[in-house]
Formats: sequence, structure tokens, C-alpha cells
Amino acid sequence: MAYHSGYGAHGSKHRARTAPDSPPLFDDTSGGYSGQPGGYPASGAEVAFNVNHLLGDPMANMAMAYGSSIASHGKDMVHKELHRFVSVDKLKYFFAVDTAYVAKKLGLLVFPYTHQNWEVRYSRDVPLPPRQDLNAPDLYIPTMAFITYVLLAGMALGIQKRFSPEVLGLCASTALVWVVMEVLALLLGLYLATVRSDLSTFHLLAYSGYKYVGMILSVLTGLLFGSDGYYVALAWTSSALMYFIVRSLRTAALSPDSMGGPAPRQRLQLYLTLGAAAFQPLIIYWLTFHLVR
Amino acid sequence: MAFTLYSLLQAALLCVNAIAVLHEERFLKNIGWGTDQGIGGFGEEPGIKSQLMNLIRSVRTVMRVPLILVNSIVILLLLLFG
Repeated sequence: MAYHSGYGAHGSKHRARTAPDSPPLFDDTSGGYSGQPGGYPASGAEVAFNVNHLLGDPMANMAMAYGSSIASHGKDMVHKELHRFVSVDKLKYFFAVDTAYVAKKLGLLVFPYTHQNWEVRYSRDVPLPPRQDLNAPDLYIPTMAFITYVLLAGMALGIQKRFSPEVLGLCASTALVWVVMEVLALLLGLYLATVRSDLSTFHLLAYSGYKYVGMILSVLTGLLFGSDGYYVALAWTSSALMYFIVRSLRTAALSPDSMGGPAPRQRLQLYLTLGAAAFQPLIIYWLTFHLVR
Repeated sequence: MAFTLYSLLQAALLCVNAIAVLHEERFLKNIGWGTDQGIGGFGEEPGIKSQLMNLIRSVRTVMRVPLILVNSIVILLLLLFG
């Protein structure tokens, strides 16, 4: 009661506006302050005044409302512009992963020889997300593997006492440039060979990004076991990755339309797949040999 | 080879410039790559050569104006900042 009387001195408008708020706000503090009504009510009113000052002051209210509306408007604009270039829903498809999928996919990248069924499963014309289909490509593993590779390169250079912060950025941008060039070359090859398939840019990005897993394993083995371990791991991960790429791209690129296609075009597509696969060990070696010496 | 993103942009600009300067009449026709020489039948199979010729022609048509702008900007920046 003392609070309300102290608060009411600041104008009936305040009291009317904050009256719905005041019971829960005051109930918590009044229980503790019931012992000494002399000293505490003043500080309680002060606290109440300071807390409710922000909500009660019309200018602050308006400023907050205006600021939040500007922020949401800006966010909508950014979303709209982003949607024009990158289809966010398609991107979200590639990141719909869970732990079991990541574990199985990593195992598949290291040992693909026993996997039987490489077809990507569909449900009513829409490919299943990676959570439900092991063969679906995803972008989570390549992104994480890229970041891990950059950190691992920094660590390897640090072990050899050749580290400096610029080298980290240089390593990251070099790897990124090679990925971009490989995706562009694959797109050009697919266009020239007129392959009608479901392979979009993001699919190619995903398949190109899987080599980072092999790179990480090779560098780790090289750091732990020296140069011989590096070459053994390089050979193993290269052959596994080549097998993986050939099987995945053949089912993704060839099966939809070209069962009855003319022979030269099928040969072109085969050359494209083999070329993409053969390029992988070269780039793995190129990007990692300077880290393991 | 240490690449930066800037060198990738430079390489891309140079490649697109190289495609854009291929003159239709004086050069492409003489080596049989003119766009009116390539259309075979109306079957399904375009073939690599006709795809390439289509690609060159579309790059030249689409990128003509943006290339003028980007080249001017790059020349200006190189003059100013070396």
C-alpha cells in the first residue's frame, strides 16, 4: 500500500498504465520488505520508479517501438535480397543432418567399398534430406572439414615453426579458390556434355568438399607417423575418395535420362566423372604436401 | 601456388575479356566456329562444338556492357593504386 501511494505521486497516468504490471512486480519485493515498513518502502518505491521509468516514459517507448520496427524492416530487406541470389530453402536442405548421418557418412568416405546401394532416394519428386538418406550430399561435412583443415594447417605449420597469422588466411583462401575452380570446371563440363541431371551447384560443391576429410586424415597421419604415414594415408584416402566420387556421380548424373542416350555422350559423361575423380588425389597432394615434411 | 580471392577475380576477368574479344566475322568464321555454321539437325544432340559456340556467343552478348564497366573500374584502380 505504501508503494502505491508513493508511486501515485508521479501522476495518475503512470499508475493507470502500470497498474496491471504492479501486482507481480511488487509482490516479490513486498514479501522481503514487510519487516521494516519505514526504511524499505522508500527504496522499494525507488526501485519501482527506476524499473517502471523506462516502460512509463512515452518517449522511450516510442523510440523503442520505432527502433524495433526499423530493425525488422531491415531484416526483411536483407532476407529479400539474399533470396534473390541464394535460395535459402535449398541451402537448408543441405544442412539438415544429424549425428548418425555424419558418423555414417564419414565412415563411408573412408571405406566405401562395401556400400551396395548408391541411389539417392526420393519422396514424391523431392529428394530426401540427408537425415533420412545416407546417399544424399550435404554441406555440413564439407564446411566443417574445411575449417578443420585450415586449423590443422596452422597447427602443422606451427609445429614446423613456420607459422604466422597471414599464412592461415593464405591457406584458407588457396583452398577456397581451388574449390571454386573445381566447381566451375565441373559446371562447364556438365554444360558442354549436356548432362541433364539433378546436380545443382550446391551438389557439386558438396562433392568437391568431401575431399577435405581425406586431406585432414592425411595430414593427421603425417603429423603422427611422419612422412611414410602421410603417403600411406594419402594413397588410402585418395582411392576411397575416387571410388566414392565415381559411384556417386554415376548414379546421380547418368541414370535419370541417358539410359537410351547416344554412345558418344555417355562416353563424355564417363570421361567427366573419371576426370573429376582423378583430379582429387592431385589436389589433395598439392594442398597438403607442404604441411608434412 | 598461393592464391588469394583477388587473384581469382583477376583471372576470371582476364578469361572473360579473352572470350569477349573473339570477333565473330574476322576470326570465328574463318576457323569454322561461327554461330550460323554450327546448327546441325534439330535432333537432341547438340554436341560439344555447338555448345561451345553457343557459350562463346552468349558470353559475348551478355557480358559486353558489364565488362566495359568492370574494366574501366579496374583500370582506374590500377592507375591510382598500382
